[in-house]
Amino acid sequence: MSGVPSLSDLNLAATLPVSFLALYACLLMIVDLFVPRTRKHITAGLTMLGLGIALVLALLPLAGAARFGDGERAFGGMYIADSFSDGVNVIVLITALLGVMVAYNYLDRIQRQRGEYYSLLLFTTLGVMMMGAAGDLVVVFVALELLSIPLYILSGFRRPQEASEESALKYFILGAFASGFLVYGIALIYGATGVTDFEGIWAAVEEIVAEDASSKYLLLVGAGLLLVGLGFKVAAVPFHMWTPDVYQGAPTSVVAYMSVAAKVGGFAALVRVLGSGMVNFALDGGLVAAWQDTVWLIAALTMILGNFVAIVQSDLKRLLAYSSIAHAGYMLIGVAAAGSAPVADEAARAVIMYLMAYAFTNVGAFAVVIAVERDDASNTGLESMRGLAVKQPLLAASMAIFMFSLTGIPLTAGFIGKWFVFKAAIAADLIPVAVVGVLTSLISAFYYLRIVWYMYFESGESEAHVPVPLAWAISIAAVGTLLLGIFPYLLSDMTHKITLAFGP
Amino acid sequence: MNLNEWIFIGLFFALGWALPATPIVLGKILAPKRPNQVKQQTYECGVEMVGSPWTQFRAQYYIFALVFLVFDVELVFLFPWALAYNQLGLFALFEMTVFIFLLVVALVYTWRKGALRWS
Repeated sequence: MSGVPSLSDLNLAATLPVSFLALYACLLMIVDLFVPRTRKHITAGLTMLGLGIALVLALLPLAGAARFGDGERAFGGMYIADSFSDGVNVIVLITALLGVMVAYNYLDRIQRQRGEYYSLLLFTTLGVMMMGAAGDLVVVFVALELLSIPLYILSGFRRPQEASEESALKYFILGAFASGFLVYGIALIYGATGVTDFEGIWAAVEEIVAEDASSKYLLLVGAGLLLVGLGFKVAAVPFHMWTPDVYQGAPTSVVAYMSVAAKVGGFAALVRVLGSGMVNFALDGGLVAAWQDTVWLIAALTMILGNFVAIVQSDLKRLLAYSSIAHAGYMLIGVAAAGSAPVADEAARAVIMYLMAYAFTNVGAFAVVIAVERDDASNTGLESMRGLAVKQPLLAASMAIFMFSLTGIPLTAGFIGKWFVFKAAIAADLIPVAVVGVLTSLISAFYYLRIVWYMYFESGESEAHVPVPLAWAISIAAVGTLLLGIFPYLLSDMTHKITLAFGP
Repeated sequence: MNLNEWIFIGLFFALGWALPATPIVLGKILAPKRPNQVKQQTYECGVEMVGSPWTQFRAQYYIFALVFLVFDVELVFLFPWALAYNQLGLFALFEMTVFIFLLVVALVYTWRKGALRWS
């Protein structure tokens, strides 16, 4: 680096989807100040418009129709606009669009229709997008905070309802603690390598491995702490404790969005840091990274605990919370597979595909919970599903699709996601953990299909409010889940260009 | 590292303790002590003391502190930028514009929300 960088060095055009949405979110916050309380549909509509434009900007390069900017690097390599970040952008933007649709009427119902909801949602989305595009550990940290802080506020959006406040405080305190771990991990990695950008880390790791330098222990501890910080965000065992409480207490529309968005961000960063920056961190001279064993062990524990504890849950939101823990386990299999250098790209693709499938399915499932929930946050028990098929046949059918997809039954998106993740695991020679994944999927069928059973084969006094935007969101999610399941090439075509590798 | 350099660190450490400790101890030993009620009071800018200091402060202070912080930090960044403006050129001008834009957004928001009104 010599002297002062010039404006063209920034390569701002490459960051177009993110920089556009950042500007838009700031302006929306100001515009909303002049929108009267009773006309917040204007704010919601403008939010959808901004997200829609950003989605088009993210889809264009992915479809090969346009390339923004001069190469992939922006801000001196701190921001990487490659096909991986495009994939992350598309997933989180679709999630955010669905998130606004499920939120609008729900906020009216719970009397919390405030413009800040939409600005905060946009800022979180920005954080996730930056996570996916991070080329530097410092950016990972900044993006993680940008992703987390709005989520803490959104969790408490139902203030002064006690459950919501408790959920926000719990999430905030534990989240701040996890961020501390992450920063300490970054510091240790910097201590071992002397750099914070992924390419520099990659080169430094290569050197450390070649010389067998003692700084490898520092690197190992640093990677471990990083895993703690990001593992918290994606709710991996043993850092999952907050998940059920936060998901149960937070407004359901927030949970629908954050159960997906926080995972997209966390996994994007995990794949970038471990699978790209430290994939060559092999201590015994092989091709397998030193962190792989830890990650697959966490994956196995996460799947086992998430699925077994979900069986005994009697509340839909808690059940879906444990189910989201379990799904973090399946995605972690993909991250673990990325530890074998030859499989790294395939594993990254598998994680992206799983996230895409999970986004449609999980937002859809929570949207159904929003439909049956009463205005005072009650009626989210499993029994609220009894007899839903008689009263609301379409709603029940959609819920059935989501449950099948979460189980991983063929012809749904969930199956495709699991298929690619297990395939990557087998290619990376991680057969035991793939076996655990298949077995726990079988167990998960018990509690997912029990909901389907309740809806179709038991009678009860079920009720549901399905306003138009919510109906649209559920339909889009259901159609998306089925489309990706029946035509998996839609996904694999989109992701086949994803590569992570540095160096030769 | 050479041992002599460590001796310097030790010397500074001892000196650092000794310098403030000496006058305090000397004051304790040498100063005459004739306390009365006025002398025993807590110093409050010469104003007569009213009540106990263990009262609750208004929550509005907190919002003012936040707004103050925004502009305090802004100044810290603006000053060196203005000093080195000639060498930095268009790049820094752009970065500063972004920075000030974000702060203006924050100010407009707090203003419109009525946080600047003392009531």
